Amino acid sequence: MTYSLTWFLRPFTILGKYSLLIFHAFVSPDDFRTYRKNTFNQMMRIGVESIPIVALAAAFSGAVTTVQVSYQLVSVFLPATVIGSVVAPSMILELGPVVTGFILAGRVGARIAAELGTMRVTEQIDALEAMGLNSISYLIAPRILAGIIMFPMLYVAACAIGIGGGITVANLGGYLTTQEFVQGAQDFFRPFDPYFGLSKAFVFGFIITSVSCYMGYFTAGGAEGVGKSTTQAAVMSCVFILIADLVLAVTLL
Amino acid sequence: MIRLEHITKQFNNTVVLRDVSLDIPEGETLAVIGRSGSGKSVLIKHAVGLLTPDEGRVVVDGANIHEVSYKELRRIRRKFGVLFQGGALFDSMSAFENVAFPLRTFTGKPDGNIRSRVEACLEMVQLPDIGKKMPSELSGGMQKRVALARAIALEPKYIIYDEPTSGLDPATSNHIDELILSLNERLRVTSIVITHDMHSVLAIADRVAFIHKARIAWSGTVDDIHRSDHKSLLDFVRANEYVIGEQTSASEVSLHP
Repeated sequence: MTYSLTWFLRPFTILGKYSLLIFHAFVSPDDFRTYRKNTFNQMMRIGVESIPIVALAAAFSGAVTTVQVSYQLVSVFLPATVIGSVVAPSMILELGPVVTGFILAGRVGARIAAELGTMRVTEQIDALEAMGLNSISYLIAPRILAGIIMFPMLYVAACAIGIGGGITVANLGGYLTTQEFVQGAQDFFRPFDPYFGLSKAFVFGFIITSVSCYMGYFTAGGAEGVGKSTTQAAVMSCVFILIADLVLAVTLL
Repeated sequence: MIRLEHITKQFNNTVVLRDVSLDIPEGETLAVIGRSGSGKSVLIKHAVGLLTPDEGRVVVDGANIHEVSYKELRRIRRKFGVLFQGGALFDSMSAFENVAFPLRTFTGKPDGNIRSRVEACLEMVQLPDIGKKMPSELSGGMQKRVALARAIALEPKYIIYDEPTSGLDPATSNHIDELILSLNERLRVTSIVITHDMHSVLAIADRVAFIHKARIAWSGTVDDIHRSDHKSLLDFVRANEYVIGEQTSASEVSLHP
């Protein structure tokens, strides 16, 4: 009976701990100079160092989408410009934020959880607290801030590179010219789409960094615990990205 | 003064501390001894509020640290220097940066002053030339000494040492003991030392508390151990390599190396 009750209450307990963690991360900071420096460092690690993998994933996504749209849609009834009309909005609305989110859930999420988890099991977090520092603000606020600042930037880069990848393949494969691609993209362009994509990137950035911080900060059980937290951070970030993706699409589109 | 009153703590239905009370007056060095897993580290984590007791309270300089605001708790914690069992050095920072960290975070002193203080602290732990090295490049003993330098950087009122000499060679252990004694004498630091090393206990402690079966089973001065007939305490002391002489019964235990 007690076990069943604990099992039933577990999601609420986790949600409560997660909410308190995020709340404490942004109240009573000690020294803004320290946080500014930490946030800048995290922006470099989370954002700048992720550019190569995000660029690679985005370029291939755009390229593959171009080939597949050509295969599926281009016919005597539809002009080749439809490729631009599908690829560009797909990158802006879905592929850009979600592919970037998945890549970063693995790269950034796992890294954050492993860093904080190791700090937890080696008593480095206890050392920060024992010194009189707010370890939650010190460790978590800079990572979340860096996430919500850098993810939208990476999203913009991913969209540009993805569309560029699509255009390159379209030219190299002889599917259509750059002008036709751009013409197709412009035909169905909605000014709201980039805002929607940016909103997703902002939310995904928050999800990945905050979920991973939670997993890492509350790590227990030595090296095995760090491994478990790291895996859970990547998996749970992906799950929440998918859920948020649907919720945002239903509510904003 | 640090006062632990009737502390009880359990983890997953295992009682680690049961009704433990200790007073550590200012300027005193208390050695807490006991077998591995007896709850010594749990006890000292209560002293700085890293753990909250299930029952009882911890009073530091008249303030119940579990009733004050988090901001006040952090202010109280700044009176402490804590040497963790594994050192707990920040592995993303060099040895110098580790020692400089509390100074940079809390004092706002110019870089030149911080540099001199860090160098002095590293000198005190006999590691003057390792400032640029990362913790992963240091041996376990060196990491512990750098951690000690970090713990004393702010000249705290209270210092908690969790196994300060474990993993160190005898000469370095003696040096650490001397350093603890010197800090006590020069700065009138109040210290709690968790240790298995009876040689250290004999060298530095004013008072000893023995934890056994989740309770303070015995406490007294070092000299009182001679007169004690507490079997578990004497078994613990007798098992220490520094105890010499023929020991056929508990009453014959000699405590001098």
